Amino acid sequence: MQLAEVIGTVVATEKVEGLTGVRFLIVQPLDRDRKPDGRPVVAGDAVEMAAPGDLVYVVGSREAALAMPEPFVPVDHAIVGIVDAWERSG
Amino acid sequence: MKLGRVSGTVVSTINSPIFDHRRLLVCDLLDERGNDTGGYIIAVDAVDAGAGETVLILDEGNGARQVVGDPHAPIRAVVVGVVDELLVDGESFSVT
Repeated sequence: MQLAEVIGTVVATEKVEGLTGVRFLIVQPLDRDRKPDGRPVVAGDAVEMAAPGDLVYVVGSREAALAMPEPFVPVDHAIVGIVDAWERSG
Repeated sequence: MKLGRVSGTVVSTINSPIFDHRRLLVCDLLDERGNDTGGYIIAVDAVDAGAGETVLILDEGNGARQVVGDPHAPIRAVVVGVVDELLVDGESFSVT
């Protein structure tokens, strides 16, 4: 899993069956110093509570679909947690 | 599998249910000699690893789901061992 910041939302009315009700957010992956790392991606919101500005952790590939309510959906990134604290020692 | 050094933890209360009561470790990725590569991964802890320890990380979904005992868990990275020593080209690297 990687750390990411939610920077926006995606509104899509017409979607593949199985994605009905799924929220899509634009997330910017971050490196371990919380600096942007690569291009933003669109992720399904598996916790159904993430919002722009939130620090989250995301899973990719097959695990992203497993995180969604319906596990056989075409989703390649999913938000699986909202970070309360990101503690680094040393 | 990958080598990492536990550099911190992630705490969250709003998350997928599978992460309830599980520790999430921030692991800085290492090369075969124990040097920092600059990358990191957030992994589920399966061995009670502590901060600063060098660990063995499984980064493959099916194996990870087997470790946590849930065939539908959205988990790919799991800390599955604590490394005591690395031996490369006959040279020993103590990592504890």
